[in-house]
Amino acid sequence: MTALSLPKARRKAKNIFSSPFASAFAWLIAIFWTIPTFGLLVSSIRPEADINSSGWWVFFSEPNVSLDNYAAVLFEGTTTNPPLFQFFFNSLAVTIPAVIFPITLAVFAAYGLAWFEFKGRDFLFFTIFGLQVVPLQLALIPLLQLFSQGLKIGDFTIIPDLEITGTYIPIWIAHTIFGLPLAIFLLHNFLSQIPRELVEAARVDGAGWFKLFSKIILPLSVPAIASFAIFQFLWVWNDLLVGLTFGAGTKDIAPMTVRIAEMVGTRGSGWEVLTAGAFVSMVVPLIVFFALQRYFVRGLLAGSVKG
Amino acid sequence: MSTLRRRLVAVGAIAIASSLVLAGCATSSDEADSGSTSSSGGSSGGDSSANCDAYADYMGMEGSEVEIYTTIIDPEASTFIESYAEFEECTGITITWNGTQEFEAQLAVRTEGGTAPDLAVFPQPGLLKVFKDSLKPATAELEASVDANYTPDWKLYGTADGTFFAAPLGANVKSFVWYSPKTFADNGWDIPTTWAELLALSDQIAAEGNVQPWCVGFGSGAATGWAGTDWMEDIMLRLYDGATYDAWTTGELPFNDPKVKAVIDEAAKVIKNPDYVGDVASIATTTFQEAGFGIVDGSCAMHRQASFLGGILVGDAGATIVNPEDTDVEGGITTFYFPGVSEDSKPALGGGEFVGRLTDNDAAAAVQLYLASADWNNKKAAIGGWFSAHKGLDTANVGDPVNKVAVEILQNATLFRFDGSDVMPAGVGAGSFWTEMTAWVAEDKDNQAVLDAIYATWPY
Repeated sequence: MTALSLPKARRKAKNIFSSPFASAFAWLIAIFWTIPTFGLLVSSIRPEADINSSGWWVFFSEPNVSLDNYAAVLFEGTTTNPPLFQFFFNSLAVTIPAVIFPITLAVFAAYGLAWFEFKGRDFLFFTIFGLQVVPLQLALIPLLQLFSQGLKIGDFTIIPDLEITGTYIPIWIAHTIFGLPLAIFLLHNFLSQIPRELVEAARVDGAGWFKLFSKIILPLSVPAIASFAIFQFLWVWNDLLVGLTFGAGTKDIAPMTVRIAEMVGTRGSGWEVLTAGAFVSMVVPLIVFFALQRYFVRGLLAGSVKG
Repeated sequence: MSTLRRRLVAVGAIAIASSLVLAGCATSSDEADSGSTSSSGGSSGGDSSANCDAYADYMGMEGSEVEIYTTIIDPEASTFIESYAEFEECTGITITWNGTQEFEAQLAVRTEGGTAPDLAVFPQPGLLKVFKDSLKPATAELEASVDANYTPDWKLYGTADGTFFAAPLGANVKSFVWYSPKTFADNGWDIPTTWAELLALSDQIAAEGNVQPWCVGFGSGAATGWAGTDWMEDIMLRLYDGATYDAWTTGELPFNDPKVKAVIDEAAKVIKNPDYVGDVASIATTTFQEAGFGIVDGSCAMHRQASFLGGILVGDAGATIVNPEDTDVEGGITTFYFPGVSEDSKPALGGGEFVGRLTDNDAAAAVQLYLASADWNNKKAAIGGWFSAHKGLDTANVGDPVNKVAVEILQNATLFRFDGSDVMPAGVGAGSFWTEMTAWVAEDKDNQAVLDAIYATWPY
């Protein structure tokens, strides 16, 4: 069944999506959705006086280019805040472990859920899948209490106060927890599609479960891992809420988003630096996206066209 | 596959490299910190010891740290840090000024989550009351200091359920109309002294047709609409007495009462009149700062806004704050008093911040007490762009002509009332009152419908 219908459906889809009308429509959407970002980019290279007095489109009739906003954002700290490039390193220190941890855990979990037969496996999988429905805002306060006070039931201490408040650790743990359900779901669907014959052949050749994982499963699941890595990276990099909440108000570990959010000043009058700040924060996600882009679409489709 | 592996290796290398850089930063900044403390310790023992006598009440807590959590961020934050630098040096208490735009939501998360800041600067008394269970009652010294230095109104605003918690910090006065003396002089307009004169002047300016009489902007990010609530409050104070105003803000007077309807009808005479303000719907999307720019460039004649607008217009629009007599300064701006119904009725609407304590840190109590002292208030005012309602504040230390008038109004006000939307329950004062004032202009919502909608959200 699937062998027959799949190519036909694919041909049909190909015809629809390669028609000139569809292309024109796609271009139209792309242009419309890029205009605000483009306006922001133009604003970021205009002098402050121009930004405050006229709209960004005026730039094309009176082009005044100034990189003052970028210089102010990157290198000029204030009494309360170091310059933005220091927060840039904070963001890296938050994001990289917060991408590696959930992927590592999720690959093992997805492997177990997809290939090990054990009682309650489906129930476990659907429970994890179902956890995606829980909004992370619900978990903020209980999780913060856990980090700051530990967990006690009555007088019995289950988790002691680990004294990790004010370090990166709560942020990493929070991001890992919030990222895991989607990661496991995505990787599980991809891993379970690996042909059974391949796995069985490896088993016959004498590969153990770990060797099977490291030599067969892991190399094959690179597109799915890469696509989730992009997702997780973008999410963590752009995250404000988790960084703000679990950073416990310390500037030393706050990611860039926390600084950018308050760059406008007490009364919102400093937004000319905000435009430049936004573009500084965009650079890294763009690099990551373009570097891993070709895995992105492949990985996104992981498990989506199951016959 | 190999290219990806190479890339992953590269990512790993970057991660390691950056963590090394971070580690480097951390150690070097630690060294810098310890270096600076030791050097400041040395200097405080030497040349500056004479100055430190003023801080005798706050001594004995060397090495303590106090976090102040606040909505006040740069550029104002720098002036606060400057104002208590000497206090830090003498007492050895380190104060961390932690400003955030997400104060209201994050303070709840942090107090519930067990990571409460030591001191919180509440921008609204209504918000202060929400946190009354987390706040620590004021010390006896703080209460005595506030009793001696502020009017009973101000103490009452830092009190919840009969317990006094928070001492006042800064203040602002809102009953001002900003204008350009040059524009007024060039057109031969006189400063109106009553509400009727104000409307007559607006009619005259509209009829002449050269300049738009009013610039109004309600836009302010997530707080859009607050500028509209100020109009309502100011007119409320003018049409009725203080008791009616209090009844309105506490909920004894229903929000859709005919008395309130009379207020919004008066406000509509200006704000919903296209002859005065141009496109009414655009008020919702124009920020209050941008609306003020019109005064500086001469495109509109009047803008009703609080005293703090001056600093913004100086910084962002190239304005100069001048005295009303300086009619030849291009871009010069100043204020006249938002007039009452008659010449001898001069009520004032204002606002302010309150410092509450959330932990049992003794150093935090000392900082809280210091921020309510005449010494600190005068130091802070001398830095500029700031004033408070502290009776010990010497107007000689307040440089700006507009702020000087504001301090005089505050210290001599016969009828002074706090910004009503800040006193109302947060769900109204920082919620429906804002959104309904926005809908009032943006969707041309009917006056009575606006009041009914706010009434429906009031937790009676």
